[in-house]
Amino acid sequence: MKQTDIKRLSLYLLFAPFALWIALLIILPHLGMLYISLREKVGPRVYEFGFENYINFFNEPIYWNTLLRTGSMSLLVTVLALLLGFPIAYYIAKIAGNRTRGALFLMCLIPLWVSDLIRAFGWILLLRETGVISSSLQWAGLIDTPIEFLYNDAAVIMGLVYTVILFMIVPLVSTLDGMDNSMIEAGYNLGGNGPTVLRRIIIPYAMPGIVAGCIVVFMLTAGSYLTPILLGGKNSSWFTEQIYDQFITRYNWEAGAAFGFLLLGFTSFVVWAGLRLTGQTLNSTVAKS
Amino acid sequence: MSSTTENDLECIQVKKHFGSVRAVDDVSFEIPKGSFFSILGPSGCGKTTLMRMIAGFETPSSGDIRIKGNSVIGTPPNRRNVKMVFQHLALFPMMNVYENIAYGLRCAGASKDVIRTKVHDVLERISLPDVANREISQLSGGQKQRIAIARCMVLDPDVLLLDEPLGALDLKLREAMKIELKLLQHQFDTTFVYITHDQSEALVMSDNVAIMSEGKFVQIGTPQQLYHDPSAAFVAGFVGDTNRWAGKVTRLEGETVEVETGAGLAMRASIRGAGRPAPGDAVSVFVRPEFITATRSADAGTGQADNRIDGKIDSILFNGANSRVLVRDSAGELIEADVVLTGGPEDLKPNDAVTLAWSAAQTMSFAS
Repeated sequence: MKQTDIKRLSLYLLFAPFALWIALLIILPHLGMLYISLREKVGPRVYEFGFENYINFFNEPIYWNTLLRTGSMSLLVTVLALLLGFPIAYYIAKIAGNRTRGALFLMCLIPLWVSDLIRAFGWILLLRETGVISSSLQWAGLIDTPIEFLYNDAAVIMGLVYTVILFMIVPLVSTLDGMDNSMIEAGYNLGGNGPTVLRRIIIPYAMPGIVAGCIVVFMLTAGSYLTPILLGGKNSSWFTEQIYDQFITRYNWEAGAAFGFLLLGFTSFVVWAGLRLTGQTLNSTVAKS
Repeated sequence: MSSTTENDLECIQVKKHFGSVRAVDDVSFEIPKGSFFSILGPSGCGKTTLMRMIAGFETPSSGDIRIKGNSVIGTPPNRRNVKMVFQHLALFPMMNVYENIAYGLRCAGASKDVIRTKVHDVLERISLPDVANREISQLSGGQKQRIAIARCMVLDPDVLLLDEPLGALDLKLREAMKIELKLLQHQFDTTFVYITHDQSEALVMSDNVAIMSEGKFVQIGTPQQLYHDPSAAFVAGFVGDTNRWAGKVTRLEGETVEVETGAGLAMRASIRGAGRPAPGDAVSVFVRPEFITATRSADAGTGQADNRIDGKIDSILFNGANSRVLVRDSAGELIEADVVLTGGPEDLKPNDAVTLAWSAAQTMSFAS
């Protein structure tokens, strides 16, 4: 009897940090936010229960336009990260030799050693009107007047792809690494050409990694704040900026909390729809890779 | 070398170098239509490289590979009508059995109806008609094996390559699959090229076997030829069990030599392999355990055997019909001899004094 008690106790102890983390740092704050988001301000320091904050969001086009814009640009970033990341991951997992593989993986990781902020300022240094690219183009005589490369959608997307691509590469490398090379050879041996093997064998095999990478990248992008603000400036209209505004600038915690939940609901919906469209489940993809 | 369409596969002086390593060194052979050909060699002898060249995954450094008389050098793997069963089968786990078999037909652009009939036909032929909708993970080891073969055979290949496909199976299933593979080969009447390091697989299934060592073919022949008439010491030592001595020639007498082994045993052997040895030459001598008779010294009498050695039974290796005794001779070496153990009181027992006898004709001497 005593043995099973000890076993149960150690199980509880092992589970405790995870349970505490989930309960105290995730569920509790969210419940608090949910409570705040459902308070209507009817007068100074007078609140009532109601959906006013959510209704406001739908009545004001600038809010939901920003959310849709954030969502669509995040999808674009996800697609670009996949298109760029897949060949890199394939090279690392299947083509590179054992020794170069480690070095390449490390090179992918190195940018993470520098904080987001510093990396964004690095981009600013390159792209601003007086920055490296503009002045070297001038020096080369290709342009007459300095050009501002910052503060447009392209800069935001590029910066975001750069920040998140690693989270696409890592799950892709791990799934592709688990793929037996003879599977690809069998694909050719049975008469498939390059595109057929890629479409019928490699991509279906890598699907768990692709979906996992896409979910992580999409969530990170839609929830990112620094990169869109610093590289997009006032034009970025990123939804997290709206949330920040409500909390900090307007001190309207009720609206901010509602926006937070709307972002969570929206991104969850996109992920769900993406899984449905590709016929995948969380169990068969994220849990696997 | 003539290239007639009678041969499904010909390799002509094929060489493959990786840097300074000669993986395949000047290999030539031809395989007649519809036969079962095995390439047998220890691991690392180059047999996998040779097969990958036939399949088109590697390009020979020099030489020619012909399928049905046409050179395939420069033809990419997906355009060669050579299909391959991989060591770990490489069935596609994201497709079910039907999709796996249909994959090759789809690549060839067959219509849906044709694919359906062909897939069901081939599943009938491998006697697994009901598994079309199963996932690969739901199949047993033997079923996976057959599906991997069906996936190739549905495309009607000129040559089917098999890369040690039985290696991952347990012993019982491996024995059953040996027979099954041979039957499948008869049924499909296609040339099988089978790569293995397991001699019993090669001997049981093949019409012809090539023994490969260090990138070269040492001997090509029927299993019986390789076993009873090896052309080189490597073949004699590699195929089948054998007793082996190193010694020196003391006397020549027609086709028979008298040899004194390193430990001082004298025996008579027949000259095999290329060249005639002269007295004083170093030779390797081989005798298979089944050609040695072991009798109790008391009952041995004075038979007319070419070679007679007295010894003491060191141990008995009981394995049913393949039982064997280890006999320690006067020089202290162990000699293996096959015996029949009936379970009766007349069976040999450890420490019995025995006389071993065997003929010179079944003792093979190779120059070393």
